[in-house]
Amino acid sequence: MKILVAVKRVIDYNVQIRVKEDGTGVVTDNVKMSTNPPDDNAIEEAVKIKEAGKATEVVAVTVGEEKAQETIRKALAVGADRGIHVKVDGMLEPLAVSKILQKVVDKEKPDLVFMGKQAIDDDCNQTGQMLSALLNWPQATFASKIEVKDNTLEVTREIDEGLETIEINVPAIVTCDLRLNEPRYASLPNIMKAKKKPIEEIVASDLSLDVSPRLEQLKVEEPPKRKAGIKVANVAELVQKLKNEAKVI
Amino acid sequence: MSRESMEYDVVIIGGGPSGLSTAIKLKQLDPNINVCLLEKASEIGAHILSGNVFETRALDELLPNWRELNSPIKTKVTKEKFLFLGKNKSFSWPTWLLPAVQQNHKNYIISLANLCRWLAEQAEGLGVEIFPGFPASEILYNEDGSVKGVATQDMGVDKQGNKKDSFEPGIELLGKVTVFAEGCRGHLGKQLIQKFELDKGKDPQQYGIGFKEIWEVEDKNHDEGLVMHTAGWPLDNSTYGGSFLYHAENKQIFLGYVIGLDYKNPHLSPYDEFQRFKTHPAIKKIIEGGKRISYGARALIEGGFQSLPKMFMPGALLIGCDAGTLNMPKIKGSHTAMKSGLIAAETINEHLKKNKDLSIFENKFKNSWLYKELFEARNVKPSFSWGLILGIIFTGIDQILFRGKLPFTLKHKHADHETLKPAQEMPKIDYPKYDNVITFDKTSSVYLTGTNHAENQPVHLKLKDPELPINYTLEKFNEPAQLYCPAGVYEVQRENDLNKFVINSQNCIHCKTCDIKEPSQNITWVTPEGSGGPRYGNM
Repeated sequence: MKILVAVKRVIDYNVQIRVKEDGTGVVTDNVKMSTNPPDDNAIEEAVKIKEAGKATEVVAVTVGEEKAQETIRKALAVGADRGIHVKVDGMLEPLAVSKILQKVVDKEKPDLVFMGKQAIDDDCNQTGQMLSALLNWPQATFASKIEVKDNTLEVTREIDEGLETIEINVPAIVTCDLRLNEPRYASLPNIMKAKKKPIEEIVASDLSLDVSPRLEQLKVEEPPKRKAGIKVANVAELVQKLKNEAKVI
Repeated sequence: MSRESMEYDVVIIGGGPSGLSTAIKLKQLDPNINVCLLEKASEIGAHILSGNVFETRALDELLPNWRELNSPIKTKVTKEKFLFLGKNKSFSWPTWLLPAVQQNHKNYIISLANLCRWLAEQAEGLGVEIFPGFPASEILYNEDGSVKGVATQDMGVDKQGNKKDSFEPGIELLGKVTVFAEGCRGHLGKQLIQKFELDKGKDPQQYGIGFKEIWEVEDKNHDEGLVMHTAGWPLDNSTYGGSFLYHAENKQIFLGYVIGLDYKNPHLSPYDEFQRFKTHPAIKKIIEGGKRISYGARALIEGGFQSLPKMFMPGALLIGCDAGTLNMPKIKGSHTAMKSGLIAAETINEHLKKNKDLSIFENKFKNSWLYKELFEARNVKPSFSWGLILGIIFTGIDQILFRGKLPFTLKHKHADHETLKPAQEMPKIDYPKYDNVITFDKTSSVYLTGTNHAENQPVHLKLKDPELPINYTLEKFNEPAQLYCPAGVYEVQRENDLNKFVINSQNCIHCKTCDIKEPSQNITWVTPEGSGGPRYGNM
């Protein structure tokens, strides 16, 4: 069985995001970038399945600019066998990414496609679902446990009411939750070895796809600042303020 | 213990200006020398914090064509100001009356973090293997006592020291020569200085704590290329310190404050002095209407020539501010750190090729401009132990009339942890409330550093005696860690009528001030799990 894992390069989750002054986006110059956290879980799960003898190959794929290759190198350092870098400049919408991934799936013919449940930069939570629709493959989203059976997967999903366990046929798309596993560290010798693993480069424009944006971004702005609280002298004043000023009771 | 090991010709600890310069120079001298460089931050530059007005002298020697290599050195210094601040007034000191070392017209306003990122690209292009996220946590020795290399930190250890599922043992990196370039108060450098008695016969090292904020200011308040320094308010005559304010590119202002860690009053809060400084009319008018976008702090070396330890030992070199090459009157340490790296690389090349002893470093150092610079600067900092006014008068005589050539050397008498007076004897300081416009509390400042340490890992700030903070330091010095820490790591909390010393180690921004200033030297800073600590952008 072959597993394709999609990884995305995003602003590191510890960095305080700053909106550009002209409102066209967020500042990314000299900002620490990392792999989208749930994508790390996706890689970890694929590597674990391979280590358990249930998969033969783990291929990491990313769609993005030159430096996005760092995320592939990281995936290779924690156990992926090879990488595919679809080069494209600028941000793509989930539909465009799904279309590109569909092409990669057509070529690679994996049995499973894993990815994070959503990316922490645009929070879209769409790529997995759209890819499932394009391929007409079953999908399991928000996976917190995956069990590989013969030609099926048993996936536990985190939902509002608790946990839901479903069984889906392979080939399938699985989007991974942070609770799925604890990603391992890349060890120094493995980082060295990863430098020698192959990364295939594909130029997105060669795929003759329509990746043009479907949305028009009007403005990016910071959330409004929280106003400072006030101290009330007694319960009566509190009730009065809740009633007359906040108008909540 | 079974750890994997990897062998290199040269192992460099620290991806700052000195370590990266060593790496680049080594590869220039001989591309076949295997060089690896470890950096504890998640990426090169993320733990670098500096003013910075950059003198290109060392870079001109290292990469003479840097102007053609898309370097981040762009903003030339165009104007200079030096202000003495009173509480509400300011008095501008004519720049022609400044010592030559404090004149900056040939220099550039840069972000040292970005310079390091760029130097790292140059180094990688030459084949240097750079590993960010791997702190060197332990020095390894050969049987004959010489340095054999370092081991990286184990990853995936929980608070109690147990191995987690994700446990990944450290790696031994062995080098024919190991170069320690950790920056000021490197935790391995400190061990080496002790073990090899590198500071024998030297004055105690002197340190300062430096704060920096980056502000985006209104167009009308921005004057790209303007460099301004201040002395005086809010510090009193007996406390050493001053500010910098650099108008960088993109409407940004690099604003900072440095306070000597030899201050005496345990009620003094370096952080609050910096915040208060910004409320001075001469400063406030520049940043008003602007937005603070970054904050950080880092200890720096101030001891200079008298305190500079021997920089070579069997199997290893100690360079940059890990040794202490900063030039205090110039308020610059980048070019000197880089130069020490160049000398290190030349030394190592001869050591590897001609089997020369690493002690040849000493002669090369003594014959360099670096030595001359540090020698001429040596009397400035100690003269300020007489107070600001006498310090300035002496510095004028020493630097302008004699150009550092006075026939004597003033001594640093005390280590910084010895200078605090008992809390009861010293006046309390009433700091103004933060207005969240110009001045901010520590919590929101630390938030801007992006610092993080993976949860449930051992505390990396070790107490030799866990009872001492409450039983001794609190009563005698009012536990000054609460104030000197720029990140709010240390707190004394009251619980069931008992005082409790709390260490919020996840807030740590790796400045090393506690390791320096704790009056009983009770706190030891060790490396946390790799990638931990701040995520500075263009600091």
